[in-house]
Amino acid sequence: MGLLSDPVRRRALARLVLRLNAPLCVLSYVAGITWFLALAFPPLTQRTYMSENAMGSTMVEEQFVGGDRARGFARDFAAHRRKSGALPVAWLERTMQSVGLEVYTQSFSRQLPFPDETHERYMVSGTNVYGILRAPRAASTESLVLTVPCSSDSTNNQAVGLLLALAAHFRGQIYWAKDIIFLVTEHDLLGTEAWLEAYHDVNVTGIQSSPLQGRAGAIQAAVALELSSDVVTSLDVAVEGLNGQLPNLDLLNLFQTFCQKGGLLCTLQGKLQSQDWTSLDGPLQGLQTLLLMVLRQASGRPHGPHGLFLRYRVEALTLRGINSFRQYKYDLVAVGKTLEGMFRKLNHLLERLHQSFFLYLLPALSRFVSIGLYMPAAGFLLLVLGLKALELWMQLHEAGVGLEETGGGSGPSALHPPAQGVGLTSLVAPLLISQAMGVALYILPVLGQHVATQHFPVAEAEAVVLTLLAIYAAGLALPHSTHWVVSPQAPDRGWMALKLVALIYLALQLGCIALTNFSLGFLLAATMVPTAAVTKPHGPRYVLVSPHLSQCLCLHHRARPHSISLSPTWCLYSYHGAYTDVVPPSRPLYAALLVLTSPAATLLGSLFLWRELQEAPLSLAEGWQLFLTALAQGVLEHYTYGALLFPLLALGLYPCWLLFWNVLFWK
Amino acid sequence: MPAVHGGERRWEAEAAPGMAAARPLALLVLLVLGPGGWGFADPPRDSLREELVITPLPSGDVAATFQFRTRWDSELQREGDTDHYFLRYAVLPREVVCTENLTPWKKLLPCSSKAGLSVLLKADRLFHTSYHSQAVHIRPVCRNAHCTSISWELRQTLSVVFDAFITGQGKKDWSLFRMFSRTLTEPCPLASESRVYVDITSYNQDNETLEVNPLPTTTYQDVILGTRKTYAVYDLHDTAIINNSRNLNLQLKWKKPPENEAPPVPFLHAQRYVSGYGLQKGELSTLLYNTHPYRAFPVLLLDTVPWYLRLYVHTLTITSKGKENKPSYIHYQPAQDRLQPHLLEMLIQLPANSVTKVSIQFERALLKWTEYTPDPNHGFYVSPSVLSALVPSMVAAKPVDWEESPLFNSLFPVSDGSNYFVRLYTEPLLVNLPTPDFSMPYNVICLTCTVVAVCYGSFYNLLTRTFRIEEPSTGGLAKRLANLIRRARGVPPL
Repeated sequence: MGLLSDPVRRRALARLVLRLNAPLCVLSYVAGITWFLALAFPPLTQRTYMSENAMGSTMVEEQFVGGDRARGFARDFAAHRRKSGALPVAWLERTMQSVGLEVYTQSFSRQLPFPDETHERYMVSGTNVYGILRAPRAASTESLVLTVPCSSDSTNNQAVGLLLALAAHFRGQIYWAKDIIFLVTEHDLLGTEAWLEAYHDVNVTGIQSSPLQGRAGAIQAAVALELSSDVVTSLDVAVEGLNGQLPNLDLLNLFQTFCQKGGLLCTLQGKLQSQDWTSLDGPLQGLQTLLLMVLRQASGRPHGPHGLFLRYRVEALTLRGINSFRQYKYDLVAVGKTLEGMFRKLNHLLERLHQSFFLYLLPALSRFVSIGLYMPAAGFLLLVLGLKALELWMQLHEAGVGLEETGGGSGPSALHPPAQGVGLTSLVAPLLISQAMGVALYILPVLGQHVATQHFPVAEAEAVVLTLLAIYAAGLALPHSTHWVVSPQAPDRGWMALKLVALIYLALQLGCIALTNFSLGFLLAATMVPTAAVTKPHGPRYVLVSPHLSQCLCLHHRARPHSISLSPTWCLYSYHGAYTDVVPPSRPLYAALLVLTSPAATLLGSLFLWRELQEAPLSLAEGWQLFLTALAQGVLEHYTYGALLFPLLALGLYPCWLLFWNVLFWK
Repeated sequence: MPAVHGGERRWEAEAAPGMAAARPLALLVLLVLGPGGWGFADPPRDSLREELVITPLPSGDVAATFQFRTRWDSELQREGDTDHYFLRYAVLPREVVCTENLTPWKKLLPCSSKAGLSVLLKADRLFHTSYHSQAVHIRPVCRNAHCTSISWELRQTLSVVFDAFITGQGKKDWSLFRMFSRTLTEPCPLASESRVYVDITSYNQDNETLEVNPLPTTTYQDVILGTRKTYAVYDLHDTAIINNSRNLNLQLKWKKPPENEAPPVPFLHAQRYVSGYGLQKGELSTLLYNTHPYRAFPVLLLDTVPWYLRLYVHTLTITSKGKENKPSYIHYQPAQDRLQPHLLEMLIQLPANSVTKVSIQFERALLKWTEYTPDPNHGFYVSPSVLSALVPSMVAAKPVDWEESPLFNSLFPVSDGSNYFVRLYTEPLLVNLPTPDFSMPYNVICLTCTVVAVCYGSFYNLLTRTFRIEEPSTGGLAKRLANLIRRARGVPPL
């Protein structure tokens, strides 16, 4: 710290930061992106290993043979389901009782904030059925859950069949030390959420449900099963939960061990696992899987019923049976044996799963990247914001104090005449207005849907999405409303102070997000950081702002749906990062860049990238449709499950992004 | 009056009404340390009474309860009444029961496991059951009406519930051999009474529903827990029973399997759970069910909660049927950290046909890092609450003479004809406390301390110091001298 307290050396450091700021920023950004892309390559990925001693070896002899029984149950279940048109509660109760479980039901109802068009539901009411196998070796203090979600379409019949057959098999064993809850939920995740809230006797999302009659202590782990065919070619495992939470890595290791033991074909993100990690193929495929995982985790939605368990600190994952065109198929016995093995191992657990990693990225089922290795990627990106903020702060400081000898050499600071007072009061208005826009974006779409449907010929769901977009776009008109509020003195100092505040605000937000949900933080940082760093009130000073602005707004409004693609934006970033000082680009170009890197555009870009990685590329029109659906789903998931992505974007990042927009159009 | 109960697993009160009373699931030690202490000087033993009660449960399982009772007519002094100052209550919420618990227990029996009913106590069978409870009770008993002299009674009970699903492959028939892999051959030679009771309540005269083999010579009727029960009695001292086939293998066959209807629900049952999520706060909730159609009755609820759950007593709420239910008596003794747990005792009136929810919020304490158990992520146990109630009975029971009636009646004490006493234990709870990562406490402590010290020190230094640019002093003595001369000449100094 002598470096900072010695004024001479401090001056040298300041000069270094000021002069080399642009190259340092570019370097840091490139380093961040490169680090991230390198995560899929061997020195950074490690082999997974089982940390929990109690689950150490796979010396469990699986005895499940009830394949025929499972198929029989599945057929009966499907028939009863078709007949009643809903979950056949009475039949399930009877069957669970006949295999010797203690059976309870739970009814729930929920009115969604607006109709869910993807799942075609609005006023939802249903019944969950669950049976408890009481363990003879313990006093009902701990339990495990096997759950099957049933939605209104006729899928997952085989999963219910397998669940019942497994229950019958498990009931005959005497080694259970944890109660096992067999749970069949109606309306898939809504039912799961209702059951979980009732089990923990809390009300997080405002769902109405009847209290549970039977409980079985603290739930230690849960497995969700989705299976819609009598034979499967592979089992896909989903780990990403609500708000990007992940289960303990040991649970995934357990699944992978039994996959290997049973010779099953197991996939992650629907991708086959490459065995060859010495050549380039494995890591490249790993990178694809890793990117898919990052995109799914960043979405913050539960990718399966397991995602909702994670909030209650129940380690959980979802297994999906995939039936594709491959030659070699496995029957239900193989899947059942895997589940039996997993449950017997979980039964051995002495403590909750806690030994292994909770924060990781997966380039393959048998490889992982730990938090210590992936955080530098986000750190490098956030360093750009820090460097820029430091530069601005120094410039502001110099301008105020008037240290001629430090500013003498550097270009930008020489431009600023010394003036007193940073003018913090001038920042209050833009901050308040942008934050108010965020609040409006958060509240108005759902609140105003009925008004919108009365005045425009749209359905509620459409009304919500369109209001969302309208408010989002209306935020871009902000400079009109603020330019008269700002005091006319020292205009440069004004925008610099605003940008400084915006940079720090953005850095803090992204830092917090990256800590809890790395994928989301990284994606947002990768898109928002470069433009945030280079934003300046550029362009001709003496042209009237208003007509110019409205013109560019119109231009970009029209251009928005069509001008989205990642690679050009990419080039532009690097271009700007490197040559800001050399070629000052015009304001419309900056505006276009800023719009392209706004949170909504990031979402749209992510959708395209996601489908591209899944090898099902989107056309522009499809992409736009998917974007609208994703917006509606995002809002719905916030209200139904408590997903935090929507409030995070609306209340945090969007206002912050508006500040940069404000800087760009600073008069 | 020391009594020790050991239980392995809670038994569903709904599924086993006969087992509802006095079935501990935890180790419960009740000690009255009377003055005078123990002075066993080779006390004379009076004769042993042993009995086995077998009850088919409505769920299809079979409950078997062994009881052995001996007495010492020792001349122990007993002065006055019990001094409540010496009353102690302690609970160990978890005890892993294994064969090692059974062996010393069996050794207390005069015939050990060589003869009599205790030959059936075969560990591998007893521990493959779905419920297991062992108990030892010692209490003073008056020898005469004026209680001038007392005897000490040792009563040992063992209850197990055989799971029909596992042992009977779904069938509800049972036999002694199938349950215990042993048959009875003789009574314990020391026993004055050796009997087996089989609950045949649904047994009709025309042998329609079930059949016991061999046919009982006598039956016994009584009111147990408010319902009338009929028992077939087999006296092992009755030579006819053993001699016919050299052994007694009791069998019960259902001729017409009982309907698979829901088992009758007892009038009082309870459920307890922890609600909420996260590691900061939580709520202890106890649900008390009174399923009696028209009678309300009071319940005494006793809770001991460890000190590391810091109870917020102001959040104690008791609601029945949506309305607040004011307890008529509350006794609360706050916890002292590391010394004593919370003690909460309440007398609550349960309205007829209602569910009463008793809930209290708590905060999870952060323990000192040496106070964690070896497996801290398993969670910490909270002992069960104890419910004591006089439950209204459906059938009027006549007062019985305890000396004459079978031993098992002492498990179900009747206060008067219209009520019977029930003590219920809820399930123990497992609560997770905030747990540090023990794999690297030293690393973390050292690293954070160093980082904080270095950063704090230098930043504090930077923030509080004022910086001033100092002209470098050039030259030494010569310059100073020169300046002196210049000042004397009136020329500006160098």
